[in-house]
Amino acid sequence: MPSPSAPTTSVASAAAHPVAIRDVAREFALAGGSLPVLRDVDLDIEPGEIVVLLGTSGSGKSTLLRQVCGLDVPSSGHVLIDGTPVRGVDPRCAVAFQEPRLLAWRSLSQNVALGLPRGTDKQDGAARVAELLELVGLAEFGGHRPKQVSGGMAQRAALARALARSPGVLLLDEPFGALDALTRLRMQDLLLDIHAAEPSTVVLVTHDVDEALYLADRIVLLAASPSGPGNTIGSVRTVPGQRPRDRAFDPQIARLRIELLEGLGVPSHHEDDHGPTTTTRNDVHRSTRHRNDDDRTDRPVGPRSSS
Amino acid sequence: MSRGGIDIQDPLVEDHLDDRVTEPDRTATGERSTATPDRPAVRSGARARIPGLRLVGWVVVPMALLGLWQAVTAAQVFSPVALPAPGAVWSAGVNLAERGELSGHIAISSQRVLLGFAIGAVLGLLAGAAIGLSRLADTLFAPSIGAFRAVPSLAWVPLLLLWLGIAETSKVTLIAIGAFFPVYTTVAAAFRHVDRDLIEVGRAYGFHGHRLLGRIMMPATMPSIVAGLRLALAQAWLFLVAAELIASSQGLGFLLMESQSNGRTDRLLLAIVLLAVLGKLTDTVIGLVERRLLRKWG
Ligand SMILES: Nc1ncnc2c1ncn2[C@@H]1O[C@H](COP(=O)(O)OP(=O)(O)OP(=O)(O)O)[C@@H](O)[C@H]1O
Ligand SMILES: [Mg+2]
Repeated sequence: MPSPSAPTTSVASAAAHPVAIRDVAREFALAGGSLPVLRDVDLDIEPGEIVVLLGTSGSGKSTLLRQVCGLDVPSSGHVLIDGTPVRGVDPRCAVAFQEPRLLAWRSLSQNVALGLPRGTDKQDGAARVAELLELVGLAEFGGHRPKQVSGGMAQRAALARALARSPGVLLLDEPFGALDALTRLRMQDLLLDIHAAEPSTVVLVTHDVDEALYLADRIVLLAASPSGPGNTIGSVRTVPGQRPRDRAFDPQIARLRIELLEGLGVPSHHEDDHGPTTTTRNDVHRSTRHRNDDDRTDRPVGPRSSS
Repeated sequence: MSRGGIDIQDPLVEDHLDDRVTEPDRTATGERSTATPDRPAVRSGARARIPGLRLVGWVVVPMALLGLWQAVTAAQVFSPVALPAPGAVWSAGVNLAERGELSGHIAISSQRVLLGFAIGAVLGLLAGAAIGLSRLADTLFAPSIGAFRAVPSLAWVPLLLLWLGIAETSKVTLIAIGAFFPVYTTVAAAFRHVDRDLIEVGRAYGFHGHRLLGRIMMPATMPSIVAGLRLALAQAWLFLVAAELIASSQGLGFLLMESQSNGRTDRLLLAIVLLAVLGKLTDTVIGLVERRLLRKWG
């Protein structure tokens, strides 16, 4: 696929970095003891690779992303980016959180500008922000406040903010979760275009198996550890075929899809119920998640009020 | 606090956009000093704005009250000594002004309020920020400050007189005490409860220390800070009267006191009207500042 929308401005893009996750474990101290979430997580990610993290709700996907960028510290083990250990929040990473988390008092363009690398030239920065807003379809909304746009629009602004960093490692926590099906497909293509133009290393969390199959070089499934409480990497699957992939039926991918769904605890009873031809998108937590699939929802999307 | 001070290194500063996009939100907010931190009143566009109603509230209703006052005195419901007519109060004011006393009373009272408010607010901001930001400071000092807050304000008066005499210092100090606590309380609570998710965003994008404070925490707490300042100003007027009633030789509180002892109800009412006007005036000014700030940060 050509990338007509690939970024063109002169904001220096960092080289993609390899990421090594070494024996990472994380448990949280709770009132009545501790909650082991992750254990024995060991993974090497190639520079420029797109790795998709799949796992049921609460399996520790967001927690693992936090360990990679240094927002949280593993209970044991460590993470290396480009061979150097992560200590504190790592400037080589950019994160798009599970919620948009835009700053309510800034306009969307000012929010996106927050992601620009420190020391970006003012004009280059402004051009880059305008371009990113254009790419995520928000060109006309740069002056709006987060409370004045829909949940899906806020999420796209948050994606643009992460992309503004041109990071060596891009961490995306369900970046398309609040988008309607069509916008979601468009944003997936956008991500691939940007990745083709500026190949950073991407770790993306999703619940959507089809999304994983479309985007990933490899899919990492988090599952209960056989050797103790907590989750670990259940399986790592390489997705066959070069990107951009056809969204249409492919028997090899269809088989992998069934296997992944089974890995997530969703048994596929009918062999023929797969591929986009049947139009069912498999959102693993469709019924339990509170996501809004409608891009035009009026739900206010300012920062969550912490309670 | 100026935006320039906080956002000086921002790649994009789009003031004109801010003004444009919040246009629909400009509802009548003059009276809303109780905006809560996470839902500033300015944002509630649900309140309908009926044209002309503001004028009624600001002019017609006060005039009607004045008329009622006039009617009651004209009907001789109370004796003129107990309730003088509005005209009598007016001429008492003119008389005092001609003798050159009125401006002195007003000036000294305003000076005390503004000085005490400024001192109390700055200290309240500093203490509130320290307690709200540092768990150590919170644990060590919050209980003691809370205990001082529990002391009824007038209980300080004898001590202040003893220590500081009846000069300006004791009055300004009392007013500063009055202004300190509302600011301290709201600011400490606001800093304590800054959304952790937003702080994480700030950290993820490379802010820490004073940058995190300036870019994320200050703006997030801005609505509460302004609400606290507004409360503090009202409190400052309250404490002014307390201070002047007890020991002073000039000021609106003194005028109240003196008029009571020589039975000049007209001057007494004059002082009350002046306090109402001045209090409302300063509150309106801070309300305008609040609206500007909330438009920017709310
Ligand atoms: N700061 C924390 N303190 C205590 N427990 C935590 C903390 N952060 C996460 N957890 C726990 O760790 C587990 C994994 O959380 P995490 O957010 O990583 O899940 P997830 O896989 O991202 O889920 P979802 O798909 O619903 O977002 C949960 O049980 C959660 O309660
Ligand atoms: Mg998560």
